[in-house]
Amino acid sequence: MITVESLTRRYAGFTAVDNVSFTAQPGRVTGFLGPNGAGKSTTMRVMVGLTAPTSGSATIDGVRFADLPNPGLEVGVLLDASAQHAGRTGHEILTVAADTMGLPRTRVAEMIELVSLTPTEAKRRVRNYSLGMRQRLGIATALLGDPKVLILDEPANGLDPAGIRWMRDLLRGYANQGGTLLLSSHLLHEIEVIADDLVVIGNGKIVASGTKDELLAAAGTLARSTSPRDLADALQQAGIPSTLAGDGSVRTDADPARVGAVARSAGITLTELRSAEGAGLEDMFLSLTADTQREGVAA
Amino acid sequence: MTATIVPPATTTEGAQVRRTAPPIPITRIVTVELRKMFNTRSGFWMLVSIGVLSVISAGSVLIFAPDSDVTYESFTRASGFPMSVILPMIAILAVTSEWSQRSGLTTFTLVPSRGRVIGAKAIATLLVGLGSVAVAFAVGAVANVAGSALAGVDAVWDISMSMAPQLVLFNLIGMAIGFTLGVVLRNSAGAIVGYFVVSLVLPGILVLLAQVRPWFEDLQPWIDWNETQVALLEGAMDTGEEWAMLGSTTIIWIVIPLLVGLLSLRRSEVK
Repeated sequence: MITVESLTRRYAGFTAVDNVSFTAQPGRVTGFLGPNGAGKSTTMRVMVGLTAPTSGSATIDGVRFADLPNPGLEVGVLLDASAQHAGRTGHEILTVAADTMGLPRTRVAEMIELVSLTPTEAKRRVRNYSLGMRQRLGIATALLGDPKVLILDEPANGLDPAGIRWMRDLLRGYANQGGTLLLSSHLLHEIEVIADDLVVIGNGKIVASGTKDELLAAAGTLARSTSPRDLADALQQAGIPSTLAGDGSVRTDADPARVGAVARSAGITLTELRSAEGAGLEDMFLSLTADTQREGVAA
Repeated sequence: MTATIVPPATTTEGAQVRRTAPPIPITRIVTVELRKMFNTRSGFWMLVSIGVLSVISAGSVLIFAPDSDVTYESFTRASGFPMSVILPMIAILAVTSEWSQRSGLTTFTLVPSRGRVIGAKAIATLLVGLGSVAVAFAVGAVANVAGSALAGVDAVWDISMSMAPQLVLFNLIGMAIGFTLGVVLRNSAGAIVGYFVVSLVLPGILVLLAQVRPWFEDLQPWIDWNETQVALLEGAMDTGEEWAMLGSTTIIWIVIPLLVGLLSLRRSEVK
């Protein structure tokens, strides 16, 4: 389990992480979301001891990362797949990591196979790797010590669709076996598919956290109708605020049962009625972080 | 019959079962750091160039030097000469590549104690220095045997027991200066430029200063580390004052900056 308590990191003039607290539970995938520069990476760097917190703490099963005797065996970390010596081969990078952790060298070949790098690719220097290959190598390094906790910053970045599917299955399997997984991503769809719990951060502060179901339930209902304007009017009269989107869908905070009842009593034919889960995470993300978005997206 | 109910041990209820991994021994970190010095393309070629250049350098003495110079000293000096340039570069890159190549992100998450990592790098650097100087002596000996046979003269073994350690120290100090620059600047290009500044530009400035400001003349050898380096290279350090000067320049150019660099390194962010 990862526990972050009242974590604050200040730089000269600004606060990158502001009193952040959350936990990532074993057996669950915790998605860590936020716009660029929201403080995700800083929080993750503090967790693994690369950045000192100004105040507060981050612990792994109650122990500070820096106090773990052999951290590679307990926490797998991937913060930046490009942060490798370009003149080393993938195989060498894994060998160095395995040696540091005191693992048998056979582990290296196992990991290379697990992340689907070919032996030829593993003998090439990282300088010649694509981002996707670096990402695979980074995952291999993180999983090398068979840790019970994984901290991954943007692991799907640069992967092709098949790679993203592969990564998703790998991580899901990892969590199902009881592993603790903290995952940051901008790829909202990825997070939505894989995460059990969500932590949303904006301008260094937590703006929402909870299970994905809870958070998305708050995202409301999406309805389509043959006459969307009538539906919006009917909802309006029933005292339910709604928005009519350009694609003809009507969104509201009310739950689907109420929207259905309103539509029936108004005699409106619905062609689609569901909780706004599909696009929900994106909407939730944008509305929660609206104040902190660079583009100033309206909620 | 009475049964004694033993209360369950109140130990790790609720707490996660932890694997009690033994801490990483420093010997292992040293071995890993040694490997990292030479498993990159640049590191590999620097190692190769030490070997190749020392043989070429000793070989050129063999070919061009007059018979009077066919001595163990001139061969060893020649084979060690390329090292005096390459070894400091190896020391610099051992430290700075973690930042310039950003591999420190992995290194310092696998071993969070930065002091241990830098300490291991220092030991690995020392071992490389000692190993390389041993190579210089060995190449020098082989060249001396071959050279004297070719020239038809008796082999001259003229490196004294007081001279050899000074030659070793000469190379180690060069590496220590490089290592210190690496720790302070944590940037490959900056540290390499810095090394040439303090070893090539700075002595000239200090000598010039000593010439125009008489009060500085006596002070200069206590500040200019190259002054004592030259004496070490000649194997000519024999007075207590010279060793005291070496102590002074070591404190100014190695001990103090290294301490300051280590303090800032331990607190700095690894990005």
